[in-house]
Amino acid sequence: MKFGVVRFPGSCDDVDAQLAASRVGEAVLLWHADHDLQGVDAVIVPGGFSYGDYLRVGAIARFAPVMEEVVAFAREGGPVLGICNGFQVLCEAGLLPGALLPNVHLRFRCRQVAVEVLNADTTFTRACVVGERLSIPCKHTTGRYYAPDDELDRLEAAGQVVLRYAPGENPNGSVRDIAGVSNDAGNVMGLMPHPEHAVDELVGGSADGLKLFASAAVVHA
Amino acid sequence: MLIRPKAGILDPQGIAVERALPALGFEGVSNVHVGRLVELDVDDAGQLDEMCRKLLANPLIEDYEIVGGDGGA
Repeated sequence: MKFGVVRFPGSCDDVDAQLAASRVGEAVLLWHADHDLQGVDAVIVPGGFSYGDYLRVGAIARFAPVMEEVVAFAREGGPVLGICNGFQVLCEAGLLPGALLPNVHLRFRCRQVAVEVLNADTTFTRACVVGERLSIPCKHTTGRYYAPDDELDRLEAAGQVVLRYAPGENPNGSVRDIAGVSNDAGNVMGLMPHPEHAVDELVGGSADGLKLFASAAVVHA
Repeated sequence: MLIRPKAGILDPQGIAVERALPALGFEGVSNVHVGRLVELDVDDAGQLDEMCRKLLANPLIEDYEIVGGDGGA
């Protein structure tokens, strides 16, 4: 299992994501300006501030040369995980529904959050069980998930709301406490909390985040 | 191009400004929204709408308006 982690100018969680993925497989960095996925089996679009978050979070990264390859890979069923800024990029790229807006309180939030797994049939949640709680850190200013009401009804009915903040844990005002969503095929997923920072009990608060990486490896095996 | 949060979407920046103004003695202020201004020169103004839809605004969360300029709307 070979993971590729995209590195944009302004990415800052790329190396953590690479280290996390390397616990369950091989992991390489993919340069934003290359039309080359290096034959990876899964792509991670990491957190950070790609292209300085200029214009609108994720808006410019979406047009990076490597993203053309990521979009084609995702459309063919390749596993793609977007974390934080990566989630924003995947929404802007049209691979995931909805958008991320500034936190309702306009503050940067950095803390451990509990999220509940609502769908354990996606590529990145297969090592989880429905109803399981994962303890994962979040750290963002623009993480308020939004989609129109009718779209939210559709997403929930289709099982595309994969992760929800546990009651009282919503750090940003996301509609319906949504923490992570997938595409309808389940091979593309985005979430605001950072599973790559929760892969070691000693420094991550928990190792729960590892389950998302392990899920993709399970699918691949 | 004037880019605004879509009507009906919670705009915390607008709310923060709306609360700050009375604190400075400005009364009777409501419906404050904070958006973005993109200025540019362009040879073919016919491209502006597509520019907005593809990059400058996200139509899911933002409305845009093209204003001013020679031959502009």
